[in-house]
Amino acid sequence: MSDHDVILKLEDVSKVYSGTVAVKRANFEVRKGAVNVLVGENGAGKSTLMKIIAGVERPTAGRILLEGEEVSFSSSADAVNRGIGMVFQELNLFGNLTVAENIFATREITNRFRKIDRKQQERRAAQFLERLQAGIRPDMLVEDLRIGQQQLVEIAKAVSLDARILIMDEPTSALSSAEVEILFKVIADLKARGVAIVYISHRLEELIRIGDYITVLRDGQITGQEEMRNVDTRWIVRQMIGSDAKDFAKADGHVPGEEIFRTHDICLPRATGGLAVDHVSLSLRAGEILGIYGLMGAGRSELFDCIMGRHGQATGAIFISGKQVKERDTTRRIRRGLALIPEDRQREGLVSILSVASNLTLASLSRFVRLFHIRGGPERQAVVQMVRELAIKVADPAQEVSSLSGGNQQKVVIGKALLTGPKVLLMDEPSRGIDVGAKADVFRTMRKLSRDGLGILFATSDLDEVMALSDRIAVMSNGKLTGMFDRAEATEAALVAASALGHGPVPHTEYTAHD
Amino acid sequence: MTDIPAKAAIPSASSGSLLLTLMKARTFIALIAVLVFFSIAAPNFLSTANLILMSKHVALNAFLAMGMTFVIITGGIDLSVGSIVGLCGMVAGYLVLNGIDLQIGYTIYFNVVEIALITLAVGILIGAVNGLLITRLNVAPFIATLGVLYVARGLALLSSDGRTFPNLVGKPELGTTGFGFLGAGRLLGLPVAIWILILVALAAAYLAKYTPLGRHIFAVGGNERASRISGVRVNTVKMFVYMFSGFCAAIVGLIISSELMASHPATGESFELNAIAAAVLGGTSMSGGRGTIGGTIVGAFVIGILSDGLVMMGVSSFWQMVIKGLVIIVAVVVDQAQRRLQSRVTLMQMAKAG
Repeated sequence: MSDHDVILKLEDVSKVYSGTVAVKRANFEVRKGAVNVLVGENGAGKSTLMKIIAGVERPTAGRILLEGEEVSFSSSADAVNRGIGMVFQELNLFGNLTVAENIFATREITNRFRKIDRKQQERRAAQFLERLQAGIRPDMLVEDLRIGQQQLVEIAKAVSLDARILIMDEPTSALSSAEVEILFKVIADLKARGVAIVYISHRLEELIRIGDYITVLRDGQITGQEEMRNVDTRWIVRQMIGSDAKDFAKADGHVPGEEIFRTHDICLPRATGGLAVDHVSLSLRAGEILGIYGLMGAGRSELFDCIMGRHGQATGAIFISGKQVKERDTTRRIRRGLALIPEDRQREGLVSILSVASNLTLASLSRFVRLFHIRGGPERQAVVQMVRELAIKVADPAQEVSSLSGGNQQKVVIGKALLTGPKVLLMDEPSRGIDVGAKADVFRTMRKLSRDGLGILFATSDLDEVMALSDRIAVMSNGKLTGMFDRAEATEAALVAASALGHGPVPHTEYTAHD
Repeated sequence: MTDIPAKAAIPSASSGSLLLTLMKARTFIALIAVLVFFSIAAPNFLSTANLILMSKHVALNAFLAMGMTFVIITGGIDLSVGSIVGLCGMVAGYLVLNGIDLQIGYTIYFNVVEIALITLAVGILIGAVNGLLITRLNVAPFIATLGVLYVARGLALLSSDGRTFPNLVGKPELGTTGFGFLGAGRLLGLPVAIWILILVALAAAYLAKYTPLGRHIFAVGGNERASRISGVRVNTVKMFVYMFSGFCAAIVGLIISSELMASHPATGESFELNAIAAAVLGGTSMSGGRGTIGGTIVGAFVIGILSDGLVMMGVSSFWQMVIKGLVIIVAVVVDQAQRRLQSRVTLMQMAKAG
């Protein structure tokens, strides 16, 4: 079906982490001189698959064939030696070093006396940077660059490897539209030289524009592989979501009550200038689920952080049941009835070395205290009740929370928030990185809570989820609220269009054409 | 995935957990080992007089180590405790001898209880300075407390121009007598210092286990960001641990000058290292989040008994240092091995559970 040779082949590759299966028996081919696109929802296993190819992770099972020969990479350096380079989604740069030093990190050019030849490095780096036309000088410190420029440095670094296979994990997530155009030119250039490019992105319009082959991942499994010219957005979305609709708990048709929460003109300045959250005002009723849809970096998490009082420099006002919340610190905002389920479970949600029980009651200890003594009885009772209510699978609540699977850990985070007795629950990507069963449990819990009269704000970049769960949908882009839809009137096309506002030269008409 | 645990070196989960239990009790086993060893090797080691003397030595380090334990659990370090010991001793000595001159022809003399309270307040205050530097000005704990180490030591030396305040018996007409009670007094046969240690240790252990503040100390050390989002007042918690550490150091300053009936400005030099050693030996993790008061006390006893016992055996102080260092290193190595074993046993249990 193609006119490009296969350079790399994964056969039946699986990757298992403690508790979760990230990739299930994947078969994936990478073709020379072409852009091999990989798409899938968050947590579908794209990044894991790429890390396996780049030698960062080793597969639990399966074979990797490089030009027909079975290989096994012991490290990413090993993969680099065999001509595989990667642009990581999280920037892997040393902020305290110069651009040139970053590009040649671990491959320093030295003179006869093993001293680093700085001039030579900078001259060579300048050649690569020239192609990216970003006005970056090789002697600049990386930490002084904008995020977009840093991403270009990361790309220059990968290009400088002279790789035969170049993996790009969301390379455009922080680029401006002009920078994206430059990147695409570089990609075309690499393609012409026979480099195989593996390209991961959430932005469907980009994929369709530059992709030659497309592979779709869902829940760790490959659900579709096609030549790009044979497919359209509709096909991609169908493969991503699957015909077997996810187990979203059904709406029970209860009617939301009075307004319980309102934000007024919330702004948060960005460190690099501009606003991360740009005059956001929205209102939420008791028993209502308001979904906030947006791409990575749209400002959803930052909005939640502002609401929780995590940023001293945020401006604007929030109201609970019509009364302004004047408290500015997280502790007292929790007491007023706000609770956040953060996006990053490991870094912000859990104290991983403490027990399940201690984590559950961490935010609500004052409930169990008489004078200054934590009463063991009521605390244990609350823990047991929460474990049962949320169906947390744990043999003994005294177990360390890190021994639980991702889904159960997420339930612990939710339980911790619920024990504070919140009126308004903020959930940031509540279903990220957890298995299907746990997702269904989480969604069911959200439904139940809204029936009990809680107001729920939940942020997601999953179209499906936001369409299925929300009573109303707000869309954010570049820190601004760019759309507000009732469930009845919301269409995927409209949401996607609103989420791309202010994101460069993407012609939105492409989407509306499909619906 | 299931065949990985099967390949592991441990034949079965039960023997793994037996080894684990032994490792968990390692500090206690070490304590029994040194006790048994020295009672055989050193004559008079088990005499009541010697045990009481030894426990007084241990108590000093144990106080500092308890304060240090809380600090380390939050992920910090307090290098200033030795200097606080010195400075607080000088404060107490100065107040006994000179009182406070009001510059208008009057001098206020305090009685011994008041002097003790003022000295404790000074210790807490210096701890608060540490805490403020760390929480408000974002200075790394190591640097902040290193700075305070020098400042406090300097102030101690300045207070007497480097001289010792001798003969702190006080004058009956000023009500400043009785300062020796803390260091030399006895209640029910035990030195007062030991009673205070028991009191403070019980309070600290209770605090760690049964109060929200104690929980928060562990949470902050385990994951500061998550704690903040859960509404834990991280800065308050940190302020507390440094103030508590200062408080413990002030107690030690009082006890030492009371024992000697004199205050010397160089008192307490390098005490912070012994305190850290005891905490680490007792299972406190330098990366934060783990540790117990009980373990630290046992750790302090191991170190104290080790050095006193070696002295009684006539081992040179140079060798003592080598041995102490080795014991600390071994303790940490075993600690790491225990962590690895622990996670392996947990994985095995998970695999068994399916």
